[in-house]
Amino acid sequence: MADRIDEHPILGALEKGQIVRFTFDGKEIEGYEGEPIAAALKAADVMIHRYTQKEHKPRGIFCAIGRCTDCVMIVDGVPNVRTCITPLKAGMVVKTQYGVSAEPFDKQ
Amino acid sequence: MKRYDLIIVGAGPSGLSAAIEAAKRGLNVVVFDENEKPGGQLFKQIHKFFGSKEHRAKVRGFVIGKQLLDEAAEAGVSVVLNATVIGLYQDKEVVVKMGEEIKHYKADAVVIATGAAENMVTFPGWTLPGVIGAGAAQTLMNLHGVLPGKRVLMLGSGNVGLVVSFQLLQCGCEVVALVDAAPRVGGYGVHAAKVARTGVPFYLSHTIVEAEGDDCVKGVTIAQVDEKFDFIPGTEKHFDVDTICLAVGLSPMSQLLKMAGAQMEDNPKRGGQVPICDEYGRTSIPGVFVAGDVSGIEEASSAMIEGRMAGVVAAEYLGYTDEETMQSELEELEKALDGLRQGMFAPKNRGKAIEKTEEGIDISQNLLKNGYVADDEIERFPGVTHKKGVHPVIECTQNIPCNPCQDACPKKCISIGSNITSLPIVVDNSECINCGMCVASCSGQAIFLVDEDCGDGTATVTLPYEFLPLPAEGTKGIALGRSGKEVCEATVVSVKSAKAFDKTNLLTMRVPKEYAMTARFFKVM
Repeated sequence: MADRIDEHPILGALEKGQIVRFTFDGKEIEGYEGEPIAAALKAADVMIHRYTQKEHKPRGIFCAIGRCTDCVMIVDGVPNVRTCITPLKAGMVVKTQYGVSAEPFDKQ
Repeated sequence: MKRYDLIIVGAGPSGLSAAIEAAKRGLNVVVFDENEKPGGQLFKQIHKFFGSKEHRAKVRGFVIGKQLLDEAAEAGVSVVLNATVIGLYQDKEVVVKMGEEIKHYKADAVVIATGAAENMVTFPGWTLPGVIGAGAAQTLMNLHGVLPGKRVLMLGSGNVGLVVSFQLLQCGCEVVALVDAAPRVGGYGVHAAKVARTGVPFYLSHTIVEAEGDDCVKGVTIAQVDEKFDFIPGTEKHFDVDTICLAVGLSPMSQLLKMAGAQMEDNPKRGGQVPICDEYGRTSIPGVFVAGDVSGIEEASSAMIEGRMAGVVAAEYLGYTDEETMQSELEELEKALDGLRQGMFAPKNRGKAIEKTEEGIDISQNLLKNGYVADDEIERFPGVTHKKGVHPVIECTQNIPCNPCQDACPKKCISIGSNITSLPIVVDNSECINCGMCVASCSGQAIFLVDEDCGDGTATVTLPYEFLPLPAEGTKGIALGRSGKEVCEATVVSVKSAKAFDKTNLLTMRVPKEYAMTARFFKVM
């Protein structure tokens, strides 16, 4: 978890939940329970959350407060989950979203 | 259908403040907020706020957030989270989405305190992962402890762009440039100066040509623009970055009011589509009130006062307080709000090019164009004086409503007077005891303690330092000037971190005495 701020000059050490494991496109990743899924992915250097339906362009975190829907992914089989405001739980299955599917476009 | 006296939409600074005042007067109040946590954007604000004591000046935003939540709990306000208000209908029927459920509520009065959303700007590559809102950067680093990026370019020199740039530096990111299409820095000069002195270059009259990268941002090209905002060919500059932050203004989230049929107007001075309302937040619909950014973009400090006003008028509307009491309470609040709406950056001055301070001193043009006051401009400001021994040098050069420095000094060395926007002056014949309280209390980090001549050919400069790690005594490094350029070698004499300084450490460095008035930041080598 290289992109974490261990100690902040103003906020000190941030209070975090316990470390949990989840999967991103089948790969096991660690994050803190209760933090947004997007924060855990960002800390693991995952930039692309989905590809757009028409032009297959990549999208990632944009507003981080649940407004823009750029960061939606497939979480536990449900598409269009706003990962920036959805708390992480142990064992979550998170997948890149292609259009509204978990299947890459060439397999759709 | 459940009924309340008052339903408030939004648990940010204005909504909570409205709830507190209404609940104190006996109203049965509920606050709905779509977020998982209350406080709106306050918990992302880690800088010390401006203003005076009554505006909670020099207290950091997230601390104000905690105080507000405590006050709300004490007043018996009920806050319902993860509750998105999706409709405001006739007779104040409020429709709320909670999880997969839709619930209906009825209120006798409603306060809309939904705040604002960030504006965006488009350019080739703007949809690439790595292009984020400045608010997203704040959310990631200050709420979730995750770095938004390693090398960042900031677009926008308003207070959000300046404050977030500083926050990025504080958590260890490199800010390669601060860019704005406007010809002048939009935010407070002191916010710009504390970023510039760390070495971040400012590019005014520049904007983004293109964000580069296939899957995510790998670089960015900016170019200069002319007065029509067209690119000037040949002025392109490239930066390798992994993140581009957009801080290009806010727009009120006033959709619920429009839906309810409130009279609206398009008012660029207030940030876009806003309800027409009186100075206390009464909209065209009786019993529907507004407070905070939804009725015009301002600061959290003013949003809190507007919220209190809305709470008071809602209480009077429902008969929980009489008109006379309300009037006297509103007068007090209005005074506090007027205090914040003074100075060069007051809403009434938005968009105006101000040439002189209230004192008649020429504004630093370099501050507006490059983010810092030039060495040959600084001497004309009243806080910059010279004397033997340690003394404060106050590099506060614009009229903003802020005065904690004058209360901070136990020896009364600093004076602003009764006009809160006046530039601070160093009182003649006052005795500085080198306590550092002024340095730590200045929300703009614009006060330095300088001993111009220690007698051995050196000078000492004490500066506010909010970075980690704290350099140890004896550390050798480079002193940077106001522009962020290297001026001389420097050695750390001491680093003081008292509780009263509230995380603003006081770093004292020794420099050759000819640099006493130019060395303003310490860079570890």
